[in-house]
Amino acid sequence: MKIAIASGKGGTGKTTFALALFLANSDRSVFLDCDVEEPNAHLFLKGIEKQKDVVQLLIPKVNADLCNQCGLCVKSCQFNALAMAGKAGVLVFNELCHSCGACTLICPTGAIQDVETPVGEISIYDLKGGAEFLSGRLKVGHSAAPAVIQAVKKHPSTTPYTHHIIDSPPGTSCSFVTSVSGADFVILVTEPTPFGLHDLKLAVEGVENLKLPYAVVVNRVREKDHLIKKYCAEKNIKILLELEEDRRVAEMYSKGGTLLEVLPDLKEKLNLLLSDLEDQVGANP
Amino acid sequence: MPIIAFPSAGNDENAVLDLRFGRAKNFVLYNENTKTFSVVENTQNMQASQGAGIQSAQNILDNNASVLISGNCGPKAFRVLNAAQVQIFFAEAKPIIELLQDYQQGLLKKAESANTEGHWV
Repeated sequence: MKIAIASGKGGTGKTTFALALFLANSDRSVFLDCDVEEPNAHLFLKGIEKQKDVVQLLIPKVNADLCNQCGLCVKSCQFNALAMAGKAGVLVFNELCHSCGACTLICPTGAIQDVETPVGEISIYDLKGGAEFLSGRLKVGHSAAPAVIQAVKKHPSTTPYTHHIIDSPPGTSCSFVTSVSGADFVILVTEPTPFGLHDLKLAVEGVENLKLPYAVVVNRVREKDHLIKKYCAEKNIKILLELEEDRRVAEMYSKGGTLLEVLPDLKEKLNLLLSDLEDQVGANP
Repeated sequence: MPIIAFPSAGNDENAVLDLRFGRAKNFVLYNENTKTFSVVENTQNMQASQGAGIQSAQNILDNNASVLISGNCGPKAFRVLNAAQVQIFFAEAKPIIELLQDYQQGLLKKAESANTEGHWV
């Protein structure tokens, strides 16, 4: 079962929750840090890095001898990764390329060749107790986050554990879509603020478009009634869990500690939560 | 004789230089042969999520300008313009007509490299 933890808004406690869910179930799950533009789970899961793989993308290389400077490749690029610089010919900006292949396809003289180019890496960590954790990292300045996320999700685990806890990037752009696509269930973490609600609505729209089953976790709850509860009631969205505002959690986080260290009782709840999702997903495959 | 390009939100020589390059609305062009001003839109990349500077540089080249007078120029646009041997001069947000005089009197500083960081997407 693949469970993606996402949120429209950043800073709602996505990683905090995802780590707690994983640590409560580390005897049956693998953690995937898919927030490849700023991976941080390794700060909390103190594992031993046992392997590092390079993620490569096919990026165009122009053969100046064959290029007739027609400019079709530049026009075909949707990512502004090519420019025709007069006599200097076609310039390629590797870091903007999304490897769509349009330029290679459209070139009438066969001057463009796709070359494997590193855009990121995946680190695989061993954790105490035999669990495993994967972390994707996009090269600084590069824009092809989805390629690295896909590579993390496809990476084979060496453990027999079948549950994947996917820590997704914030927002609702390509990175979010790539991260949650193919998940059996999406947990949207939010907070009871107007920003939290606004971005939750975007994320809900996203997962509904992708036809993925989902539910909500509300973090930093201060009052019994709040705007997320109202919205979820109106939309008939299930709230899986509410976590109260607790300064100790933030303090622990700042020291590289996790939610379970502050709230040990949560472990059993999160254990049950995963089992419930397992039943639910199993019942609606 | 070169064509000189000025990024601007306006349409003519009385408009003020737009300090943005990549997402400037227009380029006001001055043709030193005919001594006339014209304007080209630079709206193709207003919605671009990345590479706006590269597109603006391409627009300059497509309009045969060989001098750019700009408030700023990032590393990617600089690479394109430099490869195409466009000369870049940095200037302040003043009316274009005044900047043209400054340029003709040799008062503007020629850019040897980009003066801003790239914007990471």
